[in-house]
Amino acid sequence: MTDPVDVLIVGAGASGAAVAWSLAETRMRIVCLEQGDWMNPAEYPSAGRDWEARAYSDMSISPNRRNRETDYPVNDANSPISVANFNAVGGSTILYAGHFPRFHPSDFRVKTLDGVADDWPIDYGTLEPFYAENDRMMGVSGLAGDPAYPPKESVMPPVPLGKTGQAIANGFNKLGWHWWPSDTAIATETYDGRDKCINLGACSSGCAQGAKASTDITYWPHAVRAGVEVRTRCRVREITTNGDGMASGVVYFDRDGIELFQPAEVVIVACNGVGTPRLLLNSTSGRFPNGIANTSGLVGKNLMFHPYASIQGIFDEPLDGYRGPGVCIWSQEFYETDLSRDFVRGYTYEINRGRGPVATALTGMFSGRIPFGEGHHEAYRQLFSRIAGMVGICEDLPEEHNTVTLDPELTDGHGIPAPKIDYTLSANSRRMLDHAVARATEVLTAAGAKDVITEAPIGVGGWHLMGTARMGTDPERSVVNEWGRSHDVKNLFIVDGSIFVTSAGVNPTRTIQALALYIADSMKKRLANLFD
Amino acid sequence: MADTIATDNPFTTEEQRTLLALVGALIPPSAEFGTPGADDPVIAADILATARPYHATVASALTQIESAAAKRYDTPYPDLDAATRASIASDLSRSRFAGVGTLVTITAQCYYRDDRVMRSLGMAPRSPYPDGFDIPQGDWSLLEPVRQRGRIYKEV
Ligand SMILES: Cc1cc2nc3c(=O)[nH]c(=O)nc-3n(C[C@H](O)[C@H](O)[C@H](O)COP(=O)(O)OP(=O)(O)OC[C@H]3O[C@@H](n4cnc5c(N)ncnc54)[C@H](O)[C@@H]3O)c2cc1C
Ligand code: SF4
Repeated sequence: MTDPVDVLIVGAGASGAAVAWSLAETRMRIVCLEQGDWMNPAEYPSAGRDWEARAYSDMSISPNRRNRETDYPVNDANSPISVANFNAVGGSTILYAGHFPRFHPSDFRVKTLDGVADDWPIDYGTLEPFYAENDRMMGVSGLAGDPAYPPKESVMPPVPLGKTGQAIANGFNKLGWHWWPSDTAIATETYDGRDKCINLGACSSGCAQGAKASTDITYWPHAVRAGVEVRTRCRVREITTNGDGMASGVVYFDRDGIELFQPAEVVIVACNGVGTPRLLLNSTSGRFPNGIANTSGLVGKNLMFHPYASIQGIFDEPLDGYRGPGVCIWSQEFYETDLSRDFVRGYTYEINRGRGPVATALTGMFSGRIPFGEGHHEAYRQLFSRIAGMVGICEDLPEEHNTVTLDPELTDGHGIPAPKIDYTLSANSRRMLDHAVARATEVLTAAGAKDVITEAPIGVGGWHLMGTARMGTDPERSVVNEWGRSHDVKNLFIVDGSIFVTSAGVNPTRTIQALALYIADSMKKRLANLFD
Repeated sequence: MADTIATDNPFTTEEQRTLLALVGALIPPSAEFGTPGADDPVIAADILATARPYHATVASALTQIESAAAKRYDTPYPDLDAATRASIASDLSRSRFAGVGTLVTITAQCYYRDDRVMRSLGMAPRSPYPDGFDIPQGDWSLLEPVRQRGRIYKEV
């Protein structure tokens, strides 16, 4: 047994880092257990000539393909969308692209506005101060004044439009549709000890420059300096409970594979929308035979991914190509529900700047636009630096049959049951994807594209993991209350994307972190009677 | 990359011969653009080294390719002309046989990081980091019509 701690956080990703930093000022003894390592940015792919190849091997977005010792396998054979993540200090922010939109006020009220899913127990106003605090900690770049949002400040100027942004913005303007420079978690100036972006173009394999705000270089250095201990290569098997039905700590395997018990007064789970239900379901006891915090039966249910459509145009003129961050501009022309369409809710377009030489070859060869053999080089040069387009991020509505359960056979390197995903694309999502493909084709054509390549949904695009331990005020319809505490176990909190009630049509991390800060703040305000 | 090639190469001489014939057919040399083929010795060595961890998958793809050549032409694959070799590879790739996809991917990865190839594309033969790249700011006045249209988010 190890020395007891006041607060035990499981997972050092986007949300674990934020909650640790915020709670550090309480001077409680805080330990974070993380199954992965601290990363060394000097070893990221963009520092080597094989930078594109490594996105298919040790820095793949798929844990199954990467298969590092620090990864756990995910059985996602029964899903058209496979899970993407990263397991390390920084979590999936090591690989994320750094698109950093907020939710909108309407996103918290979908039941009231559109009669679907559920309203959140909190609203945009509740999170607004925590969005702002998180923006400062992560260092958000953008341009104030986006008409698709209530007023918000930006910490740094936006990433450049570049040739790609300019071409596609022209397309949106021709149609009279909304676009705006994206809010990004990318430093465009030196910020908080981080260097500014130098357009390496490899953000989704880790940023060697340190410009992209992964939490190992934003929150964690501050939290560690404030006294939080991070223990790496520690994989938690289960959360234990005592006779009073309170969490007593966790059982974990350390870097030598030794099983240890870590007692704690408070346990905070921050393992993401797949890792968190997996851990809760693995934590069974006489009192909680179906997994801890699961009397509602909703742990692992309502998994939401955000089905993505990819719509890429081929242009005559060279654009940014392999240069520059993937993030660029966005459009929320089709964000809010419009009853004249055949779907409810909506989506965001995020414009992709271009792709590297290898990705260009593979796109061309696998789509039949670059022949094998004779004609390869001419065809390649028609595509090189000339492919650019966008993705449509569709709001995924919660459905109980989309689940994370425990695989009966598959386990990780410590023999802990692995997660199994069962997910189907809803008819609403399918129609939204079709709409996103059709409208984006119009934009790209207006922007001068002569051909369009589409994929919907993107099969490898399960990078947003949400909804599997939803928040709410009714213990029968939710897993945690309106400030992240388990209805069943009063010293157990969840702070990651699992607690999302709905997914909105935007990337989730800025909201995940704002929620984590809000939950930490709620805890700090109630320290004297936290378990009442 | 190429210099990581080791003597414990798991590919048999036969497999290497088929593999070279295949990658040379996928990406042939070009006099017009001054680029080598993917069967160039430096690039081929890189492909072999990169393919090593995927030996089982790649070897099964090579077996498929040889059996397609035997079935259709009764000739070993390396002895076929380049156009025929390319068309066999193309057919197998279209049938989504995973091993061929892996081989095509590895070939593109190794080919498009070769110094000569990068130069022919106007790229400096270097990693992105630490020098990075320049991109223009672009014309922000394009935002004017978006500003003029005004607020589009829904009040709640
Ligand atoms: C390729 C890619 C691109 C993305 N792009 C964007 C983007 O542009 N914008 C955006 O908003 N989001 C993006 N995302 C999603 C974003 O990364 C996640 O939303 C965010 O990181 C989730 O934060 P989290 O704290 O919930 O989980 P994570 O950041 O995933 O952290 C969870 C941590 O918990 C650890 N853990 C899990 N189980 C255990 C256990 N049993 N014991 C110990 N440790 C454990 C894991 O190792 C991991 O480090 C992207 C993700 C990927 C993979
Ligand atoms: S483009 Fe910018 S943020 Fe992305 S990897 Fe390069 S330096 Fe980092």
